[in-house]
Amino acid sequence: MNVSFDTLTFSDVTRNFGRRRALSRVSFVCRAGEVVALLGPNGAGKSTLLSIASTLLKPTSGDVRYGAHPAAAAGAAVRRQIGLLAHDLFVYPELSAAENLLFFGRLYGLTDVERIVRAALEQAKLADRPDDPVAGFSRGMRQRLAIERALLHSPRLVLLDEPFTGLDDASVEALRGRLASLRLSGSIVLLTTHDLEVIDGIADRALILTAGKVNELDAGPGPLRERYRRACAVA
Amino acid sequence: MTFLRTVWLVMRKDLLIEFRTREILYTTVFFAVSCILVFAFGLVREGRAVEDAAAGILWIAIAFSGTLALGRAFERERQSDTLRALMIAPADRPAIYVAKLMGVLALLIAVEAVITPLIALLFQAPLFAAPFTMGVLLLAGTVGFAAVGTLFAAMLVRARSRDVLLPVLLYPITVPVIIAGVRGTSALLQTDMDIPVARAWLTLLLAFDAVFITLALWTFEPLMTD
Repeated sequence: MNVSFDTLTFSDVTRNFGRRRALSRVSFVCRAGEVVALLGPNGAGKSTLLSIASTLLKPTSGDVRYGAHPAAAAGAAVRRQIGLLAHDLFVYPELSAAENLLFFGRLYGLTDVERIVRAALEQAKLADRPDDPVAGFSRGMRQRLAIERALLHSPRLVLLDEPFTGLDDASVEALRGRLASLRLSGSIVLLTTHDLEVIDGIADRALILTAGKVNELDAGPGPLRERYRRACAVA
Repeated sequence: MTFLRTVWLVMRKDLLIEFRTREILYTTVFFAVSCILVFAFGLVREGRAVEDAAAGILWIAIAFSGTLALGRAFERERQSDTLRALMIAPADRPAIYVAKLMGVLALLIAVEAVITPLIALLFQAPLFAAPFTMGVLLLAGTVGFAAVGTLFAAMLVRARSRDVLLPVLLYPITVPVIIAGVRGTSALLQTDMDIPVARAWLTLLLAFDAVFITLALWTFEPLMTD
């Protein structure tokens, strides 16, 4: 099945956890070649939204679509096109960096997986420690590995939850470059972050999620942080 | 990605981690042996065991150590939320269930390889008098127990009180498996071994296995995504 990922569309998406409403009638569209920042205070529902976008959670009501394809009917062909970096890093601490990437590469059915993993280890600056158990890595090293795991299969929809956490300056710059190249390659990038200075200039636009409701941040003048504060004050 | 290849990849990963840490195997075997020794101290007097005790103790040890193994096996997937990484991969989600089930089964079979001769020795029980029937009975019972346990352990992986909830949910549903296992084993341990009765209980166990595995394969994906 060929699924076009030219858009990611949320239409009136609501998600409840018991009596608590995490998302309330959220609607927005992300287009191919866009880097969209999803901003909001802690507990606003950003991770829930990413989980729904990645097919891991179903909305209580509303509709999510990848191009024209409904997420409710998402199967393996759709999931193959999605890369998710979650708050928990999705790597096995008992396995080495190379073993983690090889495992996920094979699970995604990649051909020439050894070459792809070598390149990913270079990208993560872990080429000199491929056989070290991840349990011995620092938070930043784990984060770099997790980013490579999420991008290993060249996904068309990239969902990144706090991707800059624990990264040093050089790694932050490398990730900014990576986001720019993902945009050029036509992927949809939806990321959550509190490091607004880091994504200022990289994100094409920003959405603000407060109390489960989403609004577009005005693309006015001034640094992203100031615009975000103004929007939060109004909300 | 074929179903069987996914099963193989995930199971191999689980067994590789267990081979490196041996954490679940050691704790499960230690727990099962301790359990059996406590029963042996209580139920064996002057070298003679209480009649029919061995069958019950064998299945109690399997159920308790199985619960421990299930909890620990999914605790690993919880640490970095890797179960969600498996669920988002373009693999058949039921294949992930089957792989986890096979991993738990491999561990429980290893535990049974230790505890069965130990019980035979301590309780002077002829557990190896009909080795084939006994082996199939053990395997069928273990599959039934692990099939339900794997589903519940996966469902509860993100629940705060999972350690309490797992036995609370698991034991009532697996009561038929435990009863069939105990009665089938008892039939094999009698002085006049009752093979037809043991086979009848075995047939019942195989029916439970078929029902439990079918239900688990059917419900795994919806339960894990909602």
